[in-house]
Amino acid sequence: MAAKFDNPIVRWIDHRLPIFSFMHHELHEYPTPKNLNYWWNFGSLAGIALVIMLVSGITLAMHYTPHVDYAFDSVERIMRDVNYGWLIRYIHMNGASFFFIVVYIHIFRGLYYGSYKAPRELLWMLGVVIMLLMMATAFMGYVLPWGQMSFWGATVITNLFSAIPVVGESIVTWLWGGFAVDNATLNRFFSLHYLLPFVIVGVVVLHLVALHRFGSNNPLGIDVKGPKDQIPFHPYYTVKDAFGLGVFLIAFAAFVFFAPNFMGHPDNYIPADPLVTPAHIVPEWYFLPFYAILRAIPDKLGGVLFMFGAIAVLFILPWLDRSPVRSGQFRPIFKIFFWILVIDVVALTYLGGKPPEGWYVLASRLATAYYFIHFLVILPLLSVFETPRQLPKSISEPVTGGGAGFAGATAAPREKV
Amino acid sequence: MIARIKTLAGAGLVASALAVAALSGPAQAAGELHIEAQDWSFSGVFGTFDRASLQRGLQVYQNVCASCHGLKFVAYRNLADLGYGEDEIKAIAAEKQVTDGPNDEGEMFERPGKPSDRFVSPFANDNAARAANGGALPPDLSLIVDARVGGADYLYGLLTGYKDAPADMKVPDGMYYNTGFAGHQIAMPPPLFPDGVTYGDGTPATIAQQAKDVSAFLAWASEPNLEQRKRAGVMSILFLLVFTGLLYATKRKIWAAVH
Repeated sequence: MAAKFDNPIVRWIDHRLPIFSFMHHELHEYPTPKNLNYWWNFGSLAGIALVIMLVSGITLAMHYTPHVDYAFDSVERIMRDVNYGWLIRYIHMNGASFFFIVVYIHIFRGLYYGSYKAPRELLWMLGVVIMLLMMATAFMGYVLPWGQMSFWGATVITNLFSAIPVVGESIVTWLWGGFAVDNATLNRFFSLHYLLPFVIVGVVVLHLVALHRFGSNNPLGIDVKGPKDQIPFHPYYTVKDAFGLGVFLIAFAAFVFFAPNFMGHPDNYIPADPLVTPAHIVPEWYFLPFYAILRAIPDKLGGVLFMFGAIAVLFILPWLDRSPVRSGQFRPIFKIFFWILVIDVVALTYLGGKPPEGWYVLASRLATAYYFIHFLVILPLLSVFETPRQLPKSISEPVTGGGAGFAGATAAPREKV
Repeated sequence: MIARIKTLAGAGLVASALAVAALSGPAQAAGELHIEAQDWSFSGVFGTFDRASLQRGLQVYQNVCASCHGLKFVAYRNLADLGYGEDEIKAIAAEKQVTDGPNDEGEMFERPGKPSDRFVSPFANDNAARAANGGALPPDLSLIVDARVGGADYLYGLLTGYKDAPADMKVPDGMYYNTGFAGHQIAMPPPLFPDGVTYGDGTPATIAQQAKDVSAFLAWASEPNLEQRKRAGVMSILFLLVFTGLLYATKRKIWAAVH
């Protein structure tokens, strides 16, 4: 349905190129469940984090030199001599961490409320693709300052591919563009680090197309039964997302301005030196759970397989959890196991940052085993044995007790349109 | 008023720090050293550098550290941050000879340093530095505070950490016992001595005082924009608190009819 626009120029354009109708339809009147809680803010926050990373990153690239002899110095030049270069770089550094915080919360929200279930399986899988692309992008971005952790992180992670039988060594040489992490590696990582965010934008667009096909899931996990369960996206969720963005920016600014290096590693302020290995090679915090899984398996190839398996299992999650009930609110046993999984992942994050010795090794193995048991054993069994609680008939029923108070809610925005 | 702002800014900080501390803590490799926290004028939300201390620290760096350690990311012009005037900076820069060129004849030549030059490193390259220091490489100090767990506290602990080795410990020749260094053996000879420098402002030059001043100076060298960063941070967070408050009020008003 075409929207009416007052401005004649907008009308003229829209008649030939209906972008204004499209935006009106998808961002303004887009019907959204009226009961979304604040955990639903993290999707739009992730989108904004992506934009922050793109803008700050493109600006950094104007001043950065991807060469082993100049990369570190060019970053220091940004920090010291480029106007507000320190701000742009700290935004980009901390932006990466905050992007992951937001996306991880977004994923756990999906896990709790069963947002991956039919008919949103592809929406979920596209999200997992975005996470994988983010990880590749973040990893290559961390290499660019060419500090000690950049160099040794790149060496350790690219070396993982050597675990592949027969062709592993050749693949590593191909990735490096030589026989060690060197200038060719830095060049291609810079090129790909600039490319992949735009690939992410593309997948985000697909993610949104898939989202708008059936609309958002909601805390009750039941389907929308009609217009009285919904409100237009604007102004209700635009203002709610804007408020969430404000809270996000306060936390983000606190780190950027007052603890900009808190989530980084001091060793990365030492220029890369292929002859000196740091005492502990630790990846950025957002890789630690996967790093813990990698190290928990005593076999190198096995470790790599389990690490990628930890993400692969998310791809097939919609077919592992066959329970017809989406929301964890109505699944008493699932709810308990969900929180155990959260604790398990936090434990893996902690263990990934510890040296692989003593009780840390055993704990990592137990936590790794539990991670896979949760998805491969517990969820399929729960789908069969768990008795879900009674679902409400509709979204408006439990919220308004009959929908009487609802008429006024939609009437107001319609008058404005 | 200031106290109020402090509380407000602090609340935001604490809330967000708590949220992430649990996740990011492990990323810091656990240090085996006990690093004692010192009182720095530049720590905290409203921290600023103590100019007099930085100037004394520069003196310690120039008279003591600079014979082995470079400061290659800092330019002489940056000393304006410490409160030096143009002529003073020119004089400090001119004390060093800088290789420049090639000139019109194609020759490299030596000239006195200019404010636009970076601090001249004591050795031509890392190999020359190692050769002159028994194989050990004295690191460049431009980023030393950012590059060490504990930052300025670590430096202070290291510079004041030279003690007599315990009787049961054999310290090899060319190494020195230092409680502030991992493994307690360091190749750097004790650099600071009581009254090793004479401060122009009459401050007694104890080892602790020199260590404090030079650590503060190197903290500035690692992050010369620290004051600008914190000022901008206070303004940003105050703005965001008000703005977010308004957004919350707007949200409440718009949603009032829905519930």
